[in-house]
Amino acid sequence: MSLPDNSRTDISSFWNDTGKTGIAAWIFSTDHKRIGLLYFYSVLGFFLTAVVLGLLLRIELMTPGRTIMGPQAYNALFTVHGVIMIFLFIIPGFPGAFGNLIMPLQIGARDVAFPRLNLFSWWLYMIGAAIILTALFTGSGPPDTGWTFYVPFSSRTGTNVSLAVFGVFIVGFSSILTGVNFVTTIHRLRAEGMTWRRLPLFVWSLYATAWVQILATPILGITLVLVIAERALGTGLFDPARGGDPLMFQHLFWIYSHPAVYIMILPAMGVISEIIPVFSRKPVFGYKMIAFSSLAIAAAGSLVWGHHMYTSGMSDTAILVFSFLTFVVAIPSAIKVFNWVATLYKGSISLEAPMIFALSFILLFSIGGLTGLILGAAATDIHVHDTQFVVGHFHYTIFGGSGFAFIGAMHYWLPKFYGRKYAEKPALLGWAIMFVGFNITYFSMMVLGMKGMPRRYYDYLPEFAPLNLASTIGSWILALGLALVLVNLFRGLMKGESFGRNPWGGATLEWSVATPPPTENFEEEPVVTHGPYDFKGAGIP
Amino acid sequence: MSQAQHRDHAGAKLGMWLFLFTELILFGGLFLLYAVYLARYPHEFSVGGRELNVLFGTVNTMVLLTSSMFAAMAVTAVQRGQRHNVVRLLGMTVFCALVFLGIKYFEWSAKIGHDIYPGSQRLTTGPPGESVFFSLYYLTTGLHGLHVLIGGAVLTFVAIKVQKGKVNAGNYAWLENGALYWHLVDLIWIFIFPLYYLIL
Amino acid sequence: MTHEQDPHIISYGKLAAVWLTLLALTGLTVWVSRLDLGVNRVWGALAIASAKSGLVIAFFMHMKYEGRLLRWLLFVALLTLAIFIGFTFFDVLYR
Repeated sequence: MSLPDNSRTDISSFWNDTGKTGIAAWIFSTDHKRIGLLYFYSVLGFFLTAVVLGLLLRIELMTPGRTIMGPQAYNALFTVHGVIMIFLFIIPGFPGAFGNLIMPLQIGARDVAFPRLNLFSWWLYMIGAAIILTALFTGSGPPDTGWTFYVPFSSRTGTNVSLAVFGVFIVGFSSILTGVNFVTTIHRLRAEGMTWRRLPLFVWSLYATAWVQILATPILGITLVLVIAERALGTGLFDPARGGDPLMFQHLFWIYSHPAVYIMILPAMGVISEIIPVFSRKPVFGYKMIAFSSLAIAAAGSLVWGHHMYTSGMSDTAILVFSFLTFVVAIPSAIKVFNWVATLYKGSISLEAPMIFALSFILLFSIGGLTGLILGAAATDIHVHDTQFVVGHFHYTIFGGSGFAFIGAMHYWLPKFYGRKYAEKPALLGWAIMFVGFNITYFSMMVLGMKGMPRRYYDYLPEFAPLNLASTIGSWILALGLALVLVNLFRGLMKGESFGRNPWGGATLEWSVATPPPTENFEEEPVVTHGPYDFKGAGIP
Repeated sequence: MSQAQHRDHAGAKLGMWLFLFTELILFGGLFLLYAVYLARYPHEFSVGGRELNVLFGTVNTMVLLTSSMFAAMAVTAVQRGQRHNVVRLLGMTVFCALVFLGIKYFEWSAKIGHDIYPGSQRLTTGPPGESVFFSLYYLTTGLHGLHVLIGGAVLTFVAIKVQKGKVNAGNYAWLENGALYWHLVDLIWIFIFPLYYLIL
Repeated sequence: MTHEQDPHIISYGKLAAVWLTLLALTGLTVWVSRLDLGVNRVWGALAIASAKSGLVIAFFMHMKYEGRLLRWLLFVALLTLAIFIGFTFFDVLYR
């Protein structure tokens, strides 16, 4: 018996049921699913671009001295790699792509609270991205300050800082509007019976994230304006010769950019909270604590920004306070890890691609998190601040954490929207290659940092050469694995086997609609009577 | 299932308040800098403050408070279905906005004429604290003035919608939320005024 | 579709009364600035500004008649800003 074919090409769904066709039907659509896919492909494109830049960086660092580029190019390269990865991929990526695709479905809504504002958010993102790209190819060339744009260098360098920073400002505005949209949506558009205590944990994570987007991003906005003002108007607010304090830039910058890392990780954790129970066939352990921990991470994470500034000349009092608070923020993260592992205990585990990426998230993020404590404790930070150790740390959390979760989400949810599935074996093989390559690449960096190799340096001492070579080779293995994973996934989405309505057996509402979903999501507004991981209550074996 | 346009007045209001929070924090960054530099240069901030024209500042404060009252009255008027009153009150709000901007233009021109602006000879060679004070003054009042302009434009747009009947007693989220935005502009100035003009 | 509950309508008279109070407070803050309060002049100014903004928020912006949610959210936003400024002073005050 053959299963009914239900891919986007064969049945009526949001792909084709509006009667509108062509590019205009997509880039002017207010359907959260289409906007989600617009975001998805945009962020993926920027991600792959930045991956290439990262590979080039690693080729330069493969041997001491000049390998393939000069120091100016190197500085520009790590700046642009960071700017694209952070502002054009990981910050907008989760809320924009998966938040848009999944959240309204998960709360039983037809769309978000402000669909036209949602479309405007994507347009702002694209315009901001275009401005950033323009900054790379015009004038005196791409910025060379690092994505952190520290003064005094960012006030004085001749490169295109103002234009790039203006582009980031626009992208930040996009992020703010998405935050406003999502908070309003989650408050106002939950279906009947979808109480706060029945919200899927992914939605809780997006809610906490949206609050960070609302309350932290404006500080980035004003900081970027201040950088442009320093350069263009000579305001001198960060210039000691004019009475300014360069540390004030750092405070303002990190007041946003530390909470920003929680924008990057919270939705990723939300994805893990969705995948683990489904692939363990067990309700999640400690639902309330996981939901609460999302809010706690967002709140506590807004109190710790000074831990980026221990060696800046900040007061000892501040060092003490921020160091203490940094340890506090580790607690709710740990709660999540314990609860995920407790969910696995005595569960019926099946190791398909989403689960494999989710499980490796737990390991890699934990390594990132623990190395974060070494950085968070002021005494140890003194030795590893601004070394490759930091670079290793944040790649473990952002890539091993958020990145792997993003890929897991791609495998978990995209088949629902395409009606076709990837092949499991190549996905698992690709994962294994990625996992090996990832650890070689980034663990080497942590060792290098401990040994004293600085970050953002074009050259290094000969004693660091072997590990740098290893790290670069690791990056090639990682890239190979990534390529295999992505090619396999997209091949499957286009031509793979038919996916069905709910092959994973999820109990959240996105699995209750047809595959792919129709534009209005639900024929009638659903009435929710069971929790998001209550498989029995949802009638799923 | 009906796909009719479905308006959520409370939701629109919530969204607007959330957006106002972002504006609050945006200006908050400038107030943060003010607080830090006031603590560092108390004397120079006083000197700088005395350079500003208290009369103009006070008049502008009263102009904005009055405009805020007009905007709030416009909401009352629309709730009572008094279309002509709404348009008149919004008109008076926008008029106040223009007066405010006019006075601001005077103030700025006078300062610039006296060689007081970011990067000017007087500020780059004078006490650093004064340079900081005036850089913050220009940035904060400049950003605020931009918001006065935007708010005025929004309320003008809303007034046109009211005139056409598209905003009315049964459907006035645009007006209510536009007025909220206007009140935020007033609130920011309520803090700018004493911190810049009255730190004497 | 009209809104779910009765809109709270504030009379012109009440709004005018609030306006007069705001003008009076403006006069007060100008007068206070002429007194020699030293370092407390900032706190005095902020206190009066807070009172004025409280009136604008409560009456002009209708917060007095809104539900608990909005009030709480405003508190969260203000607390956040207070923390951003306050924690920076852990550095600035103790260098």
